[in-house]
Formats: sequence, structure tokens, C-alpha cells
Amino acid sequence: MRRLGLGALLAVCATAPLWVWNPYHLHTLIMAGIFAVLALSLNLLLGYTGQLSLGHAAFFGIGAYATGLLTVKLEWSPWIGLLAATALPALAGWVIGRLALKLRGAYFVLLTISFAGVISLVSVNWMDLTNGPLGLPGVPPVELAVPGLPALSLRTKGAYYYLVLATVVASYLFCLALIRSRIGRALVALRENETLAVSVGIDGTHYLVLAAVISAGMAGLGGGLYAHYTRFVSPEVFLFSYTVTMVIMVVAGGKGTLTGPIVGAVIFTVLPEALRELTSWQWQMLLYGILLIAVLFFMPRGIVPTLEARWRRP
Amino acid sequence: MEQLLQHLLNGLLLGATYSLLGIGLTLVFGLMNVVNFAHGEFYTLGAYAVFAALVGASVSFFVAIPLAIAVGAALGALCERVLLRPLRDESIDTVMLVMIGLWIAMQNAELLGWGGVAKSVGTPFSTQPVVLGHVSVSPLRIFVFVVSAAFIVGAHLLLARTKLGRAMRATFQDRETAALMGVSIERIHTITFAFGAGLAAAAGALLGPVFLLYPSMGDLASLKAFSVVILGGLGNFAGAALGGIVLGVAEELGAGYVSSGYRDAVGFVIIVAVLLLRPSGLFARAERVG
Repeated sequence: MRRLGLGALLAVCATAPLWVWNPYHLHTLIMAGIFAVLALSLNLLLGYTGQLSLGHAAFFGIGAYATGLLTVKLEWSPWIGLLAATALPALAGWVIGRLALKLRGAYFVLLTISFAGVISLVSVNWMDLTNGPLGLPGVPPVELAVPGLPALSLRTKGAYYYLVLATVVASYLFCLALIRSRIGRALVALRENETLAVSVGIDGTHYLVLAAVISAGMAGLGGGLYAHYTRFVSPEVFLFSYTVTMVIMVVAGGKGTLTGPIVGAVIFTVLPEALRELTSWQWQMLLYGILLIAVLFFMPRGIVPTLEARWRRP
Repeated sequence: MEQLLQHLLNGLLLGATYSLLGIGLTLVFGLMNVVNFAHGEFYTLGAYAVFAALVGASVSFFVAIPLAIAVGAALGALCERVLLRPLRDESIDTVMLVMIGLWIAMQNAELLGWGGVAKSVGTPFSTQPVVLGHVSVSPLRIFVFVVSAAFIVGAHLLLARTKLGRAMRATFQDRETAALMGVSIERIHTITFAFGAGLAAAAGALLGPVFLLYPSMGDLASLKAFSVVILGGLGNFAGAALGGIVLGVAEELGAGYVSSGYRDAVGFVIIVAVLLLRPSGLFARAERVG
């Protein structure tokens, strides 16, 4: 039954561009996919190490700028750009992880907010590198070059959808393997009781830094995908509302689960688009704030774990 | 040299309001163990309340300020009753997420209520600067400085010298014992949070007329408040008061001699540097870690 459901879901996802005719709806699905990668990335930290990063937009933005700058200014291949979009934020994640070694809870939150604040100001003020508030237009589309065949440009929404879908599936499987490995068990042990975990020989520092590196790299990849999709990078990628959206997706979907963040990402990308006709963006953000509070009050574990518990116990 | 003096003076004047912002936050953190990410929103509320009182009710500027503080404190009390009381025994992280939710909700409610266009508040003070030797300063800034300093001293006296202040400190040191001594625990929680919110609203009411009013002004205020609190050490009242002055002067010098584009980066850099090098704050003896 479960396998059947999963197969059906995959079939629906894989054929979406064939029956989703409205380009706007397809756009919404692509954004949902990009946010699913971001939510999975934040979840590694918030869900599995228990540390809240409120600077995740910084990793997202660094990823977007990394590939934007390499492909626009140096005209490198978007694939190398996407690789850099993963590597550079991962490096930043390593630095933050190393720096934040001894910081937990609110201190960690403040360090990540400050990091994002500084990076955002740099993106506005370092005109020579980033063009400042004007941003970088003309980020090239991703091209798929298979030897022997003409280069296939992933310029269309339908084609780009598959690239994003593949990334989501890969991210999910990667997180799944990670969580089931020794590393995942160590992270959960550290989250549940750090003193105890360290006392049985788990190197807390090592694993937290590792989680930060992977999480930042994934967020950066999401940023890279976003840059090649919108074909434009500006300091707006550092907007705090991106971080807020990721936090809500993870907390509402179910932190510390792997399906939760994806479900959260889909809900919180599709819902605002569906409501767009009725309400303005400000109303949505107001609603986000209230919803975050409501979820914490009434469904503190998140949507997916709550529903799962209900299904098992009819 | 004159330029340096001017920067130092501006930094001192600005710093006093940062101190005012910081003590409200450090009080709520130090006493209640609540990381109030919505602190800046109470600051915004204070600023807009002054604007509303001046434009809507056309009261005097000097009446509008206490009104704004009352509004801030009342909303703070309401938030404590509705949001914090049910979560009293939850982890600090859950409460933190709830406060983040409150922050987002309040900021966008302001945006809906007032629109995104910046507003300015008129004051009865002359815009003609007062020249003192080689430096000059506007009368409004002097007024703001004096009132901020008065609030800081008043808050300190209230905490250190009054019965209410003693009850507050007792409650958060040992809830059960305080209750046994006849302290109404629930009331003290509400009053403490309202007090912190009122101080933030006071800072907003005072600084609003100096700068411009816009719905996201609270983000910067929160940043400054957190920098100040981290500089001074979490929960350290005197540290926050001093930290505000340090931040104000550092910002003025940074903007004057380095680059004005990076003025707001000073606060971030201070947070990062202090957290990394001396996490208990610059002026700490011993402090509580949340």
C-alpha cells in the first residue's frame, strides 16, 4: 500500500509538466521544489541538531551570487556555477560552524542573524563585485550537453522543472542516507542530550560543524537553482523573509522528519499563490506569523508527525 | 579634532537611546528567560503611537510620549497573558519561535495599518542647532538624551529599590519561594514583560521623531538592542546601559571614518566579535546563560 502510494506520487510529480498547462502553475511547482531543498537544508540544523539558523537566507544568497558572478562575469558553465553555489556556502557554513562551536540556543540564532546581516550589507555596498542594488541581470540558463547530441537548453519551465525535481529527490535521498548513518544517529544523540552524547565519545563539535556545512551547501544549491531559474540575482536574495519562510515550512511541516519539510514547502508555496487573488503579500506575511504561533500552540510537532500519529491510531 | 568631538557627542546622544532599547530586552531575558525577538516591534509601536496621537488626536508631543509608552506596555501585558503564560513550562526554543512569529505578525500588521511609505513626526523643538564651542547639536537630540537617561535611571531604581522590583527579582530567582512569601507570580510575569515592552515603546517614541517612521524600523532596533545586550552580557542591566553608549559611539566613528554604508554592520560585527571572544559580555562578572 505504502509502496503503491509512493509510486503514484512519483508518477504524478514526474508527469506534472505534461498536464500542468498553465505556466504560472508550473512556476509555483518549481518554486515549491526550490523551497523543498531549502527546507530540507534548514531541517538538518533545526530538526536534527536542534540549532535554529536565522541566517539561512545568507547561504541561499551566497549560492545565488556564486553562480551568478561566475556565469555572468566570467562566463563559466552554469554547471560549474551550481557546483560553486554549493561549495562556497558550504565553506561559509564551515566558518560559521567553527565559530559557533560553543554557542547554543539564542546565541547561535543571534550569530547566524548577524552573519546574514553583514553578508547582506556587503552585497549592497560592494558595488564593484555585485553591482550593488542593481543586481546581476542575464544569468544564463542551464544547458544539458550530452556528447553526440545537440546541447539542450533548460530554458523552458517544463525542462527546468525536471532539474528541480531531480534535485529535490537527490536531496531527500541524501538526507535519508545521512540520517540513517552513524552521523544522523550522532546528531540526534547530541540534540537529545549533548552532555550524555559527548560522554559516550561522540565528538559534538565535529558533528555540529558537519551538519552546518551540509546544510549550508544545500541551501546554496537552492540559491543557485533559483538564480538560473529567475536569471537575475540581486541583494533581495538575502531578504529575511526567505529565512522566515524556510522556518515556517520546517516547523509547520514537522521538524526532525524528512517528509515534513517537503510537505511544508509545498503547502507554503502553493497556499500563498492560491491566496494571491484574495490577499496582498503583507496579509500573507501576517498570516505566516500567526500560523507559526498557532502551529507551535496546537501542533507543536508539525503537520506530518501529527497526521501520522492520527492514522496509526484510528 | 573638532570632527572627532562631534562624532563622540553624536555617539553619546545616540547611544543613550540604544541603552534604553537594550535594558528592556536584557530585563526580559535576564529575568524571564524569554528571548524577545519582537522587542523591536514594540519600538515601532511606540513610534507610530506618537505619530497617531499627534496627527489623529492632535495632543501635545509631551503627552504623546507617555501615551505611546502606555500603549506599548498594555500590548506587552496582553502578549504575555495570551502567548507566554500558556508556554511557561515549554523550552526556551519553543518560546523563541513563538516570539519570532509575533515579530513577523506585528511587523506586517504595522505595514498593513500604516502603509510602506515613511512618515515623519513633527516636534515642538527648533531645528536650529545649539552650538557649543566647536560642536553643535539639535535641541531635540538633547531632549531625547535627557529623557532616555531619566528612564534608564528610573528603571534601575525601580528594580533595585522598590518593593515591586524586589518581587520581580525574587520571582525569577525562585518562583516557589517567592510565591510562598506572598508574591503574585502571574502578576509579576505580566508586569515584567509589560515593563520591557514599555521601555522599547519609550525608545521608539523618542527616536521616531529623530529618524523616519516605517514599518520595518523595528528590525534595526532589534539588532541594536541585541548588540547592546550581548555587549553588556545577557541580563546585565548596567552592562546594557554602558553597552548602548559603546555601540552608539562605535557606530558614529564607523560611519564617520570608515563608510556610512556599513553603519549598521557595526552592530552585527559587535555581536559576532563579542559572542566569539567574550560570550559573557564585556562588563560581566557572572551571568545566567539561557
